[in-house]
Amino acid sequence: MRNWKGTFALLFLLAASWLLIVSSVALVELIAGAVAIVVIVLLTHRSRDLFGGLRLSLKALLFTPIYLMVFLWQLIRSNLDIARRVLTPSLPINPGIVKVQTQLQSPLGKLILANSITLTPGTLTLDIEGSSLYVHWVDVKGTDADAATQSIVAGFERTLMEVVE
Amino acid sequence: MVILGNILIFIGSLFLALGGLGLIRMPDVYNRLQAGTKATTLGAMSVILGSAFLAPEMLTKAVLLIVFIAMANPVSSSTIGRSAYKGGVPLASRSVRDDWAKEEATE
Repeated sequence: MRNWKGTFALLFLLAASWLLIVSSVALVELIAGAVAIVVIVLLTHRSRDLFGGLRLSLKALLFTPIYLMVFLWQLIRSNLDIARRVLTPSLPINPGIVKVQTQLQSPLGKLILANSITLTPGTLTLDIEGSSLYVHWVDVKGTDADAATQSIVAGFERTLMEVVE
Repeated sequence: MVILGNILIFIGSLFLALGGLGLIRMPDVYNRLQAGTKATTLGAMSVILGSAFLAPEMLTKAVLLIVFIAMANPVSSSTIGRSAYKGGVPLASRSVRDDWAKEEATE
């Protein structure tokens, strides 16, 4: 087992999803779930590195709900923001594509960051290249790349860093 | 419970309607994606959660649905945005900046 962490994370996620779907602990359901999980784990052997970026520590466990809270709050804010722009007759947008930098190393970390950016106010991740992300921004402020990085990435990154590498 | 469920469904539909309005009003594909993605994500989440309040036996499945929507929605719009850009769909004329084009020009 080259990547036991990835295997463990995948097993846990699959088992949790299955238990939520069937919402029962009858023996038949458990056996069916176990068979399906084993098949999936064997089939996805090569792409399992994705979960290798997870940190398995008490701190990471503690920061996961914090991250989810931050995320949910940003999602609500972003909806109110879009609603305000759409309902204003003059359509106050100032769009553009900016390049921002991330310090996250693992593919999983970048994936979660990209998803989070897409769901936060006025930003949409278009592409990831190495450690830079191309982000479409509805309301571009300033012309400085560092300032863009600060206002788009930094808020999430700090919390996310505690959960993934 | 029933009242709370109905309120959540109402709020969700409201955001979905605003998202639809955004699709019509925004000037280009990227801005439309912005309006579409955010509204459908929160709107669908709110409607699903509201339904779960009305039918409590579906709560676990609803939670799972919400998680999957939160993971799949941004990925799909990001992919649409990227393919639109690489396929040469131009930004709206009022756009102020394009770091990506600059990058490709210097390469």
